[in-house]
Amino acid sequence: MFKLFSTFFKIGMFTLGGGYAMIPIIEAEVVDKHKWVTKEEFLDLIAIAQSCPGVFAANISIFIGYRLKKIPGAIITCLGTCLPSFLIILLIAMFFHRFQDNPVVASIFRGIRPAVVALIAVPTFNLAKSAGITWATCWIPIGGALAIWLMGVSPILIILLAAIGGYIYGALIKPTE
Amino acid sequence: MIFLQLFITFFQIGLFGFGGGYGMLSLIQGEVVHHWGWMSTAEFTDIVAVSQMTPGPIGINSATYCGYTAVHNAGMGETAALLGSCVSTFALVLPSLILMILISKLFIKYMKHPTVQSVFAGLRPAVVGLLAAATLLLCTKENFSTPKEDAWQFWISVFLFIATFVGTKVFKINPIKLILMAGFAGLLLLY
Repeated sequence: MFKLFSTFFKIGMFTLGGGYAMIPIIEAEVVDKHKWVTKEEFLDLIAIAQSCPGVFAANISIFIGYRLKKIPGAIITCLGTCLPSFLIILLIAMFFHRFQDNPVVASIFRGIRPAVVALIAVPTFNLAKSAGITWATCWIPIGGALAIWLMGVSPILIILLAAIGGYIYGALIKPTE
Repeated sequence: MIFLQLFITFFQIGLFGFGGGYGMLSLIQGEVVHHWGWMSTAEFTDIVAVSQMTPGPIGINSATYCGYTAVHNAGMGETAALLGSCVSTFALVLPSLILMILISKLFIKYMKHPTVQSVFAGLRPAVVGLLAAATLLLCTKENFSTPKEDAWQFWISVFLFIATFVGTKVFKINPIKLILMAGFAGLLLLY
């Protein structure tokens, strides 16, 4: 049980770059080192964790925790994954609020902000590619983005509409292959 | 009261946040900036920047930070802000915990069912739209300034945006390195 916690704590602590960058590290620990799940199971779990809502790294850690030690295991691995993030961010938040109005810090963040916007723009295009967006389907993301951006539509509504749309399309027009 | 609002908000985000951390950003921004007005767009962008530079999933990092900032901006002390970050982080992962356990227990055999697959197929293009919206919503004068207000800062910002975009997309430079370089450029050019 402690091993479960410490493994996911380590994964949460030392991975930079968010959920997807964690996959190879989680695989090395969970499949190769501890042999908690087989490679095939792991790939299946990744596929499900990716399609489900929520933070991907939390999802996958809960899956593995549950598989090994049922509900206590799931809680332990989830805690292990979240705790390093939580503690590090908390330290920074407490520290940063004292320096926020410092002119040097302010100028650094004036440079960082446009860069951050670009860093969110890039995965949009990468995701469009891996989601297989074509000229026939590009109206869905474009329409959704414009509705959120210009009309202030809630993203949750877009998600619900897309899920219903997918269901109707699959049930009435063409089953997903 | 703000703690209950934080809980409900981040529980919702955890429940509907498809597409991982980046997909969640437009949901988080929609709620914390536009719906509740807990912080400005610039503050939110700073939170995203810090979340990208620190270890751990971006979704969890930004939820923790947003919880802290929301309570702090409401004029409460550090202990209250700490409680705010606890509440929002817990609320964000709670739906995951419930859903993943339910799926493991009951539904794992249905995940490959055609109906479930067609719902996911409908979600995939919409998540791309969510990410695009997150980008567009951050293109504000708080983040870029305007040619009228401060032409120098505006064009520097546009340049930094393009340079970072090309840097990651074409040259595959590490995003953290690019954030640090942009910060350095800000210090040199926008001080």
